[in-house]
Amino acid sequence: MEIVVYGVINSIVLALLSLGFALVYSISRLPNFAHGALYITAGYLVWLLLNAFGLPYWASIVIGILLTSLIGALIYRLIIIRIRGMEISEIIGTYAVGLAIIEGLRWGGLRGMTYTLPVFIPGSAEIMGVTVDYQRLLIVGAGILTFLLLFLFTKLNRIGLALRGIAQDERAAMMLGIDSDMTALISLAIGSGLAGFAAVLLLPLGNIVVEQGYNVLIFAVAVCVIGGLGSWTGTIVASFIIGFAQILTETLVSSHFVMVVALLAIIVTLLIKPSGIFGKQKQLEERV
Amino acid sequence: MTMETTRKERIDRGLKVRTEGIYAISSFEEILYLIGPRLLLIVGVLLLPLVLELAPYWKRVVNIMCVYAILALSFDFLANYVGLVCLGGALFIGVGGYLAAIFNVYLSLPFYLSIPLATVFGAGLCTVLILPCLPLRGVYFAIVTLMYPILFSRIIEAMNILGGTNGITGLDSFPGEYIEQYTIIIVMLLALFGMRRLVSQDVGLVLRGVKDNDQSIRASGINVTTMKSLAVFIAALLGCFGGAYIAHLYMWAGLSLFALDFSIIPIAAVVMGGGGTLIGAVIGCFILVPLSEFLRFFGSFRIVIYCIILTGFIVFKSEGLMVYLQRKYHQIERIVKV
Repeated sequence: MEIVVYGVINSIVLALLSLGFALVYSISRLPNFAHGALYITAGYLVWLLLNAFGLPYWASIVIGILLTSLIGALIYRLIIIRIRGMEISEIIGTYAVGLAIIEGLRWGGLRGMTYTLPVFIPGSAEIMGVTVDYQRLLIVGAGILTFLLLFLFTKLNRIGLALRGIAQDERAAMMLGIDSDMTALISLAIGSGLAGFAAVLLLPLGNIVVEQGYNVLIFAVAVCVIGGLGSWTGTIVASFIIGFAQILTETLVSSHFVMVVALLAIIVTLLIKPSGIFGKQKQLEERV
Repeated sequence: MTMETTRKERIDRGLKVRTEGIYAISSFEEILYLIGPRLLLIVGVLLLPLVLELAPYWKRVVNIMCVYAILALSFDFLANYVGLVCLGGALFIGVGGYLAAIFNVYLSLPFYLSIPLATVFGAGLCTVLILPCLPLRGVYFAIVTLMYPILFSRIIEAMNILGGTNGITGLDSFPGEYIEQYTIIIVMLLALFGMRRLVSQDVGLVLRGVKDNDQSIRASGINVTTMKSLAVFIAALLGCFGGAYIAHLYMWAGLSLFALDFSIIPIAAVVMGGGGTLIGAVIGCFILVPLSEFLRFFGSFRIVIYCIILTGFIVFKSEGLMVYLQRKYHQIERIVKV
């Protein structure tokens, strides 16, 4: 029973982590390797606002997420816009930016146990005989809500429709007057905001440590690659696959292997079916 | 009212045009023009250990610098001549280093056997590991190769094999300081000029074909995967030699051989030096690695500085230093009226 409950929670955590990465890639074909760095930045910003500026918790969360979106937009406007379309430069560029942020935070003293965010509601409940604290329940609820909102946003909203248009056929969308750069900017801002949102939800469960930046990136890449880069259903299904696989290895083998599972999953998927389980972009499956 | 517009014009130097064919060498000036830069590099690098007698600390830096240069060469070769962006330089280093440690410590072979054996077997192993990913391209290949070193270090950590987090200690060191230094310097120079020769041969042409238009290579009856794995093997040979050398240099093979540094610095060096020039990769390392020594004081902040340099070069000067210098060397610029 414990496996099921924690498997679901872990899966939703993974989905939240990878949502931003998946969104940016599916809309603007941009592998945002700074995703993990943005995640950790958001956590740090919220901590800073909460403890150094003494803002109330809800205000620091809102401002923290907004600032993270702004950073994402700035990364696009200042750096990525100049190397758009050169795949390798995009990877190296975003990865370098992410690395700079993470290592800069480490240098700035973000290490050790001193940085923690408080949980929203302390205490725990019992579900199907398993004790789960409220924060984790909140994560599940917020995760599902985020999916729904995003789904509605892309279906009903003008900007959402523009984003989808660009994602489906960039040229046709541009002919209809949708600014490709603007949508990419928006997508990166939303993606960064989602990373920040995930950070705010998940970081209260542990300490804010910079190494998580790398782990988040690996998890996000794992989920997106397995689900198929650019596919929503794939992202969710893949996070459930990896989520349960990780919980299973953790209970049956040892917690050391959790990361190994994610990494192996990436490699195996790329070898067997590079476009992922639900990948629509068959042209990416370039096998010679 | 007339508007006078001007534009910048670039013209090859007369000297360059005259020295282009091998038969044109008729004066010392022309000979010097041709071999001058090459000689400067070779003699300069060979003299480095002697000059640095004055500053013994920097001798170590030269060794590491040459290892990075070799690694950067292999990255540049794979990325710009074969079209495989291999972000896993740390994989080559780690495999080479651990194999050297196994040969030297567990099988107690001397260093002059363990390094070549680790190089060849390591390259073979890396090629076998990368072989299934060869059909992948672009982002996908980059992701897989980036994951391999992380995967290996996690597996070693989790299963506690090969010394676990402590690594394998007690490798033989080199018998003398000069042997230690000149081994890597000479191998680096050989790799540099060998690589330059290789890419101008028929094989190099085919490899470039693999990068630009693999269908045409297939149509010519050449197996693309064979060519790619050959290229990976060559690149892995260089990387694994570097790894085996580092393991013997530090007398230790540990998880830090799989560290990100070995993947990031060569890439930064190639971007900085100019992709596809091969020599630019070496020069990039000669700038970046000493720089990182100066910045050691800053701790992890030096990675930030690399990344800023890297991003700056990618965004603003993507041609790289070497292409820029070559242009200045071979061409004159002047403003002409249009």
